[in-house]
Amino acid sequence: MSTPNETRLDSAFTRHVFEGGFADPVMDSQAVFRRVMNALAEPGTIADLAGFVSPPAPLLQATAAILLTLADYDTPVWFEKPENNDDAIGWMSFHTGAPRTADVSRASFAVLEKASPVEAWAKFPIGTSDYPDRSATLILPVASLVGGEPLKLTGPGIETQTMITPVGLPEGFVAAMAENRAAYPLGLDVLLVCGGEAIGLPRTTRIEEA
Amino acid sequence: MTLPEYNFAYLDEQTKRMIRRAILKGIAIPGYQVPFASREMPMPYGWGTGGVQVTAAILGPDDVLKVIDQGADDTTNAVSIRAFFAKTANVATTTKTADATVIQTRHRIPEAPLSAGQVIVYQVPIPEPLRFLEPRETETRVMHGLEEYGLIHVKLYEDIAQHGHIATTYAYPVKVEDRYVMDPSPIPKFDNPKMNGSPALQLFGAGREKRIYALPPFTNVVSLDFEDHPFEVQKFKQPCALCNATGVYLDEVVTDDRGGRMYVCSDTDHCETRREEGHHGAGLPISGAQTAKEDAA
Repeated sequence: MSTPNETRLDSAFTRHVFEGGFADPVMDSQAVFRRVMNALAEPGTIADLAGFVSPPAPLLQATAAILLTLADYDTPVWFEKPENNDDAIGWMSFHTGAPRTADVSRASFAVLEKASPVEAWAKFPIGTSDYPDRSATLILPVASLVGGEPLKLTGPGIETQTMITPVGLPEGFVAAMAENRAAYPLGLDVLLVCGGEAIGLPRTTRIEEA
Repeated sequence: MTLPEYNFAYLDEQTKRMIRRAILKGIAIPGYQVPFASREMPMPYGWGTGGVQVTAAILGPDDVLKVIDQGADDTTNAVSIRAFFAKTANVATTTKTADATVIQTRHRIPEAPLSAGQVIVYQVPIPEPLRFLEPRETETRVMHGLEEYGLIHVKLYEDIAQHGHIATTYAYPVKVEDRYVMDPSPIPKFDNPKMNGSPALQLFGAGREKRIYALPPFTNVVSLDFEDHPFEVQKFKQPCALCNATGVYLDEVVTDDRGGRMYVCSDTDHCETRREEGHHGAGLPISGAQTAKEDAA
């Protein structure tokens, strides 16, 4: 298996879509799933998803590991900037068989860009009152998961309250998530990612500026 | 190299992904029943195929698995499911609640408190708490969507009207995070309070009914009741005959054909641990004559 650095070098010359998947698809996807499951069951904890995959840029390790673990032919994946993600989409398609959709209302997973405009999130499926589970999971990259302004999280999975300090959230993120929370049980579930790490913010989590 | 006859933990990877996605949505919407494409398992429906599929989807090589059936580690269902995963996933198994990372259960929550990081997987026969009140799935979906739970309160009220108290003793409905009414699976209502604010992740699988639902740790779970008829758990007159434990759920064991019986812990691990610690119960069964006298009193 190539290291991330080699992959980056190679992709300058070739459309590097075949290498860099799970070395052991069964065990690696299980390990990543358990970490993602814990991240969503205990919002605010940082899941370490690094080292499982070496995706082509600009796909992050965490995003790539989540897609390889959860996406397949049943789950259309929407990319916010498909024009920048040729290699990433090819890599995802090769490794998961998941279709890339241009139709935001069909997205099971959405691979967002940093500072993604939250106004556009209203177009994602949030489920129906009969089937609130038929909703999109957003994968939102941030500059860092720690070191920023503190946000207070409360809700299921959190004993009393917990703090996260991500850097580089989109403008209006807290208000957008409050609106998302208000629509409960409908809503979007968000995974903040940075490099090989992720924080889960399911729709039940209340987020406040501390 | 000979190819293995089945995938790790029996299920194929696409099935696991589908179940995993259902589990994540279940965690995001506590108490809501997520439909999933339940598979045929090499055991009959009613033997815990839902729980087995959930366990298979989460289980990893480092997990330590405990399986209980009505609290016991040594009954047929528990032994066969434990053996199933020992064979198909080669995981370590245990009977000790504290040592387990994943606990699959049929109708009990262990007496020993669960801890953070543990996952408990419930086998669920009928996941829909409104099913016996409204047989149509289309209707119960709408009722959950509209948070229309009057019917279930009427059912509990009818209990009071007929029996003077809420006579539901197992699968006692709960409300999760003040939103969804959920069937806690047929655990005795004695165990309901353990669900509230548990530090462990609780997952529920119903194989025949094709539903998965979940309670993240520290989720608010309230048993339905009325102000003048508050929720109460079962109480037992005597301690466990083997380990003298009180405040635990006891099984009645009939010991002869003249009404003799003894009451012992339903949680075998809890009982064994206590006896190893030196606790002793009365041991002998209560004789038929004595119980008859007690019943008459």
